[in-house]
Amino acid sequence: MSKYLIRRVLQLVVVSFVISVLAFLLVHLLPGDPSTIILGPNDTAANRATLLKQLGLNDPLWQQYLTWLGAVFHGNLGTSYLNHESVTHILATGAPVDLELIIISQTIAFSVAVPLALLVSRRPNRPLDNVATTSTFGMLALPPFVVAPILVAIFAVGLGWFPATGYVPFTQNPATNIHDMILPSVAITAGSIAVYFRLLRSDLISTLQQDFITMARSKGLSGRRIMWRHAFRPSSFSLLAAAGINIGALIAGTFVVELLFAIPGIGYSLVLAVNQRDYLVVQGIALVVAIAYVTIQFIIDFIFTIVDPRVVRE
Amino acid sequence: MPDDRELLDTGASAQLLGDRFPGMAATDEQVVAMQSEKLDSDDILQKRPFGFLFWFALTWIAIVFLAAIFANLLPLQNPNYQNYSALSQGPSSAHLLGTDDLGRDLLARLIFGARVSLIVGFFGVGIGLLVGGTAGLVSGYKGGRLDVALNAGSFIILAFPAIVAVIAIVTFWGQSLLHITIILGIATIPLMFRVIRASSLSFAQRDFVVAAKTMGATDTRIVLREILPNVIPVTVTFSLITVAGIIVIEGTLAFLGLSVNLPTPSWGNLINEGTANNALSTDPYIMLWPAMSMFLLLWSINLIGDRLRQRFDIREGLL
Amino acid sequence: MAKKTAGDAFDFKDAASQSGPLLVVDDLHTSFRTTRGTVRAVDGVSFEVHEGKTLGIVGESGSGKTVLSRSIMGLLPPRDVIRSGTVHFAGHDLTAMGDTELRRIWGAELSMIFQDPMTALNPVKRIGVQIAESLRLHLDMDKKEAQSTAIELLRSVGIPSPEQRVRWYPFQLSGGMRQRVMIAIALACAPRLVMADEPTTGLDVTVQAQILDLLADLQRERHMAVILVTHDLGVVAGRADDIIVMYAGRIVERAPTRTLFADTKMPYTKALMDSIPRLADPSGARLSAIGGRPPDLINPPTGCRFSPRCQYAQDKCRELEPPLRTVGSPDHLFACWYPLVDGVSTAPSVPVSITTNPATTANDAAPTGGTTS
Repeated sequence: MSKYLIRRVLQLVVVSFVISVLAFLLVHLLPGDPSTIILGPNDTAANRATLLKQLGLNDPLWQQYLTWLGAVFHGNLGTSYLNHESVTHILATGAPVDLELIIISQTIAFSVAVPLALLVSRRPNRPLDNVATTSTFGMLALPPFVVAPILVAIFAVGLGWFPATGYVPFTQNPATNIHDMILPSVAITAGSIAVYFRLLRSDLISTLQQDFITMARSKGLSGRRIMWRHAFRPSSFSLLAAAGINIGALIAGTFVVELLFAIPGIGYSLVLAVNQRDYLVVQGIALVVAIAYVTIQFIIDFIFTIVDPRVVRE
Repeated sequence: MPDDRELLDTGASAQLLGDRFPGMAATDEQVVAMQSEKLDSDDILQKRPFGFLFWFALTWIAIVFLAAIFANLLPLQNPNYQNYSALSQGPSSAHLLGTDDLGRDLLARLIFGARVSLIVGFFGVGIGLLVGGTAGLVSGYKGGRLDVALNAGSFIILAFPAIVAVIAIVTFWGQSLLHITIILGIATIPLMFRVIRASSLSFAQRDFVVAAKTMGATDTRIVLREILPNVIPVTVTFSLITVAGIIVIEGTLAFLGLSVNLPTPSWGNLINEGTANNALSTDPYIMLWPAMSMFLLLWSINLIGDRLRQRFDIREGLL
Repeated sequence: MAKKTAGDAFDFKDAASQSGPLLVVDDLHTSFRTTRGTVRAVDGVSFEVHEGKTLGIVGESGSGKTVLSRSIMGLLPPRDVIRSGTVHFAGHDLTAMGDTELRRIWGAELSMIFQDPMTALNPVKRIGVQIAESLRLHLDMDKKEAQSTAIELLRSVGIPSPEQRVRWYPFQLSGGMRQRVMIAIALACAPRLVMADEPTTGLDVTVQAQILDLLADLQRERHMAVILVTHDLGVVAGRADDIIVMYAGRIVERAPTRTLFADTKMPYTKALMDSIPRLADPSGARLSAIGGRPPDLINPPTGCRFSPRCQYAQDKCRELEPPLRTVGSPDHLFACWYPLVDGVSTAPSVPVSITTNPATTANDAAPTGGTTS
């Protein structure tokens, strides 16, 4: 149990450290006065002096890093120079929206991909399998920025089933919130379905050729029980790994749909901040999203040790 | 690789049997039963035609390439010329694909926009191949401490979500075609490194490499003459998939307005323009042409990569 | 649904009162359709197995013995597999049954031990669960009952401290232990017939003997019939009541074990025997291997299928296929035009005696080699 996990925890710490250094350097290695970068070009000289003192901008770089890191650990990521909103607040209000998008999309992706793969892998190269394989291959070529506008054109503008833009918080009106979130969630789902289906199908086909499947049949187990209890778990390792890697693409996807549907998530704030050169906001978002991403990878590795008991031993 | 013959032979029969009889383990016995002198590995591995779709995909990529390269020579209007007497028009003989809300010709913008995707995609992967591929080739063959260090480094870089890193860097460094290409190229270095290193490593332990070593061949010669040719199939296949991946990232950036500065057209920002200002209801063509072109391009690159993968007999999971 | 209760449509315990043999295989053919043609892996095989007896099926790789055992059980997937002939088990025709009916028999009345326990046990399921699975399905046990029965089964197959081991995964066990687990799974529901397909291949020689003895002990205790499929005549020599020798999908010789060894009729059987290492041999004595490779089952040779590799082959052997026949003893069947008598061929022009000269040199065996042990 322990050795593998300890190594992974160490990895997590190292990677998080590297991320924090890079995020820190983004602002501090930029040509020009950091105070201008942080406060924007139009702030007063008095404010500038306070900031200089507060952040220790005349100290050596490593000391500045420690000061900054200390602040980060206290939840202080700085404030936007535009609207003086704290970066922490921007993240706290935006993150639930991104999470909701990702959860809906992944629920759809798994509930389409897994049963479909289990269904077709028992009889590969039949018409149903060919249709599924061909159409998911096409879905690999449908990134959110291509498919989202098309979905809006058809289902929002054309058929009017969903709103083209707009967002109501879940706490305000759950039904409207979910309804509004369907189209953006579906738009970021195509790639996930394709990747999950194709990996699981190919792994299932090779698992089904294993002796232990014939063994399970010779015990008199039913086909469905064999698929779920014997074939699925040993075939799900690549799927799990892919789900972890896929989070990166999903984050990019949420940025796209948030911009297109005007949903106030992290991506929306990020794009706004980039366009306004609101550097502290960009820095804070990049830091938190990157840390969240590596943490999710870590959790998935942890799940691996549960799904495949052999991992821990090796 | 004549030394692989027998291995391939058995493998191919087992594969054949497995394909035909899922749910049944192909035991030695059946494999032997399937074999005969006539069953050569060539029967199964070679000469399966690529098929119509492969040539269709290749044609589409060729068309996009030629149009992008020779865009200046083609009878196109200036992609940024705003013709106020022809605003938001559908396809017509004067404007084959129509015009946008500023009266710019959509065909010209589409063709000039292809340049960004192709340059970023192919040159980016070129950077990745040159740096990551070379390092992987040597690192996998030589092994040792350098290999361990590079491997660990590539792990750490790959732990970053590419899109966030790229957005952050572009913000602070500035958005130009050169910058975007370099950043995305750098992002592919660890990917290229890992795949090519793994492949190089597997060949470095093969008998023909050991044989070359005992015959006194220099490391340079072994890497170039023995390992490189064997690593090429994996490299080509993986590079194609990566090209598609980079084009998607660039497109995403462009859609978010974070790629090459306007008004230079690229498919990503053309799609974005097509969604702005209610254009989806007034003039969906602005969005439709670049979206379809992008889909076809990605599909074509994926398809060619996939068919090459099948032809080279590379397992999907490896990539 | 599939419980062993009286009044069930497939109450095999009840059917035991019927007098005939437990298993009757009659003219079984099994072929695979492939892109190259039809592979006739089993080609007209008939035999019987009686309650509590052991039948050995022997043949080298490619003789069709594995396909035969799976075909008897009906485990081969129906697609692209052509099967004809009948298999009567306790009076019921297995070939006429659908999947649902077969599933009630599989594991309960008729079970299988696989060649490689590493690949035949599910790598991500605890061994206890893999044993309990059949118990819960066929014997209607609850979770707790099945678990304690699984522990008892592990104990009976000689696994030390079964209370702990029951929670282990296959990768934590040694090869011999794994094979014991597999036997425990196969015997869990007290089947009447067990098919053991190369149960000891890949194990150490000492472990091999232990496993085979264990199987024999359990067989005696439970009065099961066993079909022991192997490439090694040595494995079945002291353990089987009857032996069938297969070559290229057909039975070439069938006899009670003692008769077979005492009065071998078929040159192929003789060659298999000569490839068994014996303690009595002087050290350094060369084992003989059978030259050439098993024939292509898509286009089998005409005449006797062994004729291309048989040193006694005559023109008649290459033209006409010998029928399975008897000479003298009615339970000794063989397919050879010129059977051996006291180890000497009755063929008209015999170059040399088989005992003094190994069939062929090993060099001829390339590229796949013949039977080696």
